[in-house]
Amino acid sequence: MIELIDMFTIVSLILIIVMIISAIIAAELKDLLSAAVALGVMSLVVSILFYMLQAPDVAITEAAIGAALSMAIVIFAVRSTKRWEK
Amino acid sequence: MTPYYYLGSLALIAIGIYIVIAKRNLIKIIIGLDIMDTGVNLLLISVGYVKGGTAPIENVPGPYVDPVPQALVLTAIVIGVSVMALALSIAIGIYKNTGTMELDELLEVKK
Repeated sequence: MIELIDMFTIVSLILIIVMIISAIIAAELKDLLSAAVALGVMSLVVSILFYMLQAPDVAITEAAIGAALSMAIVIFAVRSTKRWEK
Repeated sequence: MTPYYYLGSLALIAIGIYIVIAKRNLIKIIIGLDIMDTGVNLLLISVGYVKGGTAPIENVPGPYVDPVPQALVLTAIVIGVSVMALALSIAIGIYKNTGTMELDELLEVKK
């Protein structure tokens, strides 16, 4: 009975729920610096999902660009402008 | 094959469209564009998944997952981050010229 749902489905569902929650947090926060950090968390979880879908080269590229470079350029842009959304 | 991946990526695309329509800050709109781009990439990868398949990089026996969407997504990630960097630099230029980041105030400045 417990073997009907395998480990792939359980871990995938948990990671997809974490991904959607961090995307909603990045949408609703007024602090743009915290929104950039939530965007980095979302890219990291999507990178783990790419690895689980048997695409390791896409997972490496997403972890390098999405979780590090994308978050870094958003933080540089926030530092040059205002931090708080009105 | 894996319908919850489809639902998750469609949820990401929906959140991105909601941010682009409803929010009024330029950097928040660019964050919404990046979320939408990530959702499209995840949808393309999950279309090519075969149940029980392995990664197509070694000469091991067994079914492989589809390698064509992986090449497409590997190109699309680079295009997405370059578009995001260009949009952020344009947003910084707008802030240096007008002193605001909100779309309503930018419409007032333009008059």
